[in-house]
Amino acid sequence: MNLWLVLTVNSITLGGLLFLLSAGFSLIFGLMRIPNLTHGSFFMLGAYLAVSLIRWGMDFWAAAVVAGLGVALFGGIIERFILRRLPGAELAQVLVTLGLSFMVADVCLMVWTGDPVQVETPRALRGTTAMLGLVFPTYRLAISLIAVVFAAGLWALLERTRLGAMIRAGVDDPAMARVAGIRVSRLFTIVFCLGAWLAGFAGVIGAPILSVYPGLDQEMLPLALVVVILGGSGSLLGSLVGSFVVGFLYNFGQAMFPEVAYVVLFLPMLLVLVWRPQGLFGRQVA
Amino acid sequence: MKRFALGAALVVLVAWPFLAGSTYYVNIGSQILLYAIFALAVNVLVGYAGLVTLGHAGLFGIAAYAGARLLNDGHGHATVATGALALTLLAAAVFAMLALRGTGLGFVMITVALGQIVWGIAYRWISITNGDNGIAIKGRPSPFGLSLASPARFYWATLAVFAITLAAMAIFVGSPFGASVRGTRDQARRMNALGYHVWMIRFLAFLFSGFWSGVAGLLYLYYNQFVSPHAVALTSSAEALLMVISGGTGTLLGPIAGAGLVVIMKNVASAYIERWNFVLGAIFVAIVIFMPEGLVPGVVRLGRWAMATARPRAVTVRHPGEEGGR
Repeated sequence: MNLWLVLTVNSITLGGLLFLLSAGFSLIFGLMRIPNLTHGSFFMLGAYLAVSLIRWGMDFWAAAVVAGLGVALFGGIIERFILRRLPGAELAQVLVTLGLSFMVADVCLMVWTGDPVQVETPRALRGTTAMLGLVFPTYRLAISLIAVVFAAGLWALLERTRLGAMIRAGVDDPAMARVAGIRVSRLFTIVFCLGAWLAGFAGVIGAPILSVYPGLDQEMLPLALVVVILGGSGSLLGSLVGSFVVGFLYNFGQAMFPEVAYVVLFLPMLLVLVWRPQGLFGRQVA
Repeated sequence: MKRFALGAALVVLVAWPFLAGSTYYVNIGSQILLYAIFALAVNVLVGYAGLVTLGHAGLFGIAAYAGARLLNDGHGHATVATGALALTLLAAAVFAMLALRGTGLGFVMITVALGQIVWGIAYRWISITNGDNGIAIKGRPSPFGLSLASPARFYWATLAVFAITLAAMAIFVGSPFGASVRGTRDQARRMNALGYHVWMIRFLAFLFSGFWSGVAGLLYLYYNQFVSPHAVALTSSAEALLMVISGGTGTLLGPIAGAGLVVIMKNVASAYIERWNFVLGAIFVAIVIFMPEGLVPGVVRLGRWAMATARPRAVTVRHPGEEGGR
């Protein structure tokens, strides 16, 4: 398998993970106007929870779902009891989510120590798969597939269900949505929990590739930020496109300009900010 | 009375190296002063312009790194300071042009991303920044032939820079420009309608803030004689924000009190517990939940409330007439 193909596969995998992470971030930002700086922590917390669940003998996929639920519960508590009291107070929201992210990071360090944890790839997905005359690592294919399925599922949820219509209404005009009888505050909780679940789940399924280590949260958060600035907040398609752009830039950047890869990552964000500050698919100025 | 208090504060500040007793406390004094400069700089944006920034550690770090590189290349103090501050100003201009594309939350997000870019350069661009190992300098420079090697001398030099910063801030706050900055915070649309160039006012405020962040970054480098990606991390930006907010935003003395509070807490906390980040996070959450207006005003309010709940009985017993007057 040649280098470019490896890079392409890795890029798509990372893009898929980023999509799971940033779709929730984007919806939370778009719908609730909350800059959820704990989103990277959700990702890391999910991964660490699953590490413990797997150590206690749980199956990988069950652990992924359950760890996601744990993170969703945590997110729900944050939303209901803290963020709910701070509508429109940007500074307070930034502080509280940032403060929580520091606390989560430190608790994770305390519980799971500073050593990186390697999570084993589920047995059925080890090895490689031959497809179209090329050979791919099976697990990476599976992640890409999961991302596609979730993208389709989220799209269907947003575009084809009543709940989705209400969320879209909330993103476009929360005041009007309230007047129309939509309980926007309950939508907030649902969206926040969903976003947290997606981030936690992404953390788990990303763990066999990225491994889990302190600082993972601070590493993923800027990526999610870039995706949302690129794609535009509240837009699923924006998250999808942004995620893959970032996924490709990250992997190809690291292969070609290892020292400045991290900076290369932010270049399209800068371009988008200059030419289209609302993001590629954003409907309004963020 | 106010003048007297200021005079007394000045005397204590100048005499601190004699009062402190040990170099440990002198060094804490230097740290407080240099972080107070940083907090004052951040306060220009957060407090007066109403623009919450989480990328200022980037500017702080650019000054520190540029200073370290220039010093190690053998340049004199004047060149180092000028070069580092010029580069910081340039970076601040770029930061401002990008960040001001968004307002409110967009602004916050972009500053986070910009701060992370600088962190990424500091951490990964090893040929320039030496990566995680950071850059050490061979000793503090001697501006105007004065050695800064001893803690007390460095303290006084920092105090002098701090005094200049404070004076600059006081002039800024009192100036028509300062008033227009506050105007763009409170009523951006009206300011625009009145013919003010809102974007330009914010841009200049950003530059002003960036410049003093650079000054603080340079002092940080001289103080530690070392700079590493740690100085540029999101935590550093968050700490600066905590200083501003804990002291009370949009005041001159608030960020100074906040810097003192955070530096002392950090030193005290790290002596007893190793989990400073947890404490920092918990303070953020507690401030937001219990004292949304800031720690100093919040404590004052809680104090008044405690006094008010305690007072009525005492007042009715001793001075029944005073109750109405209060």
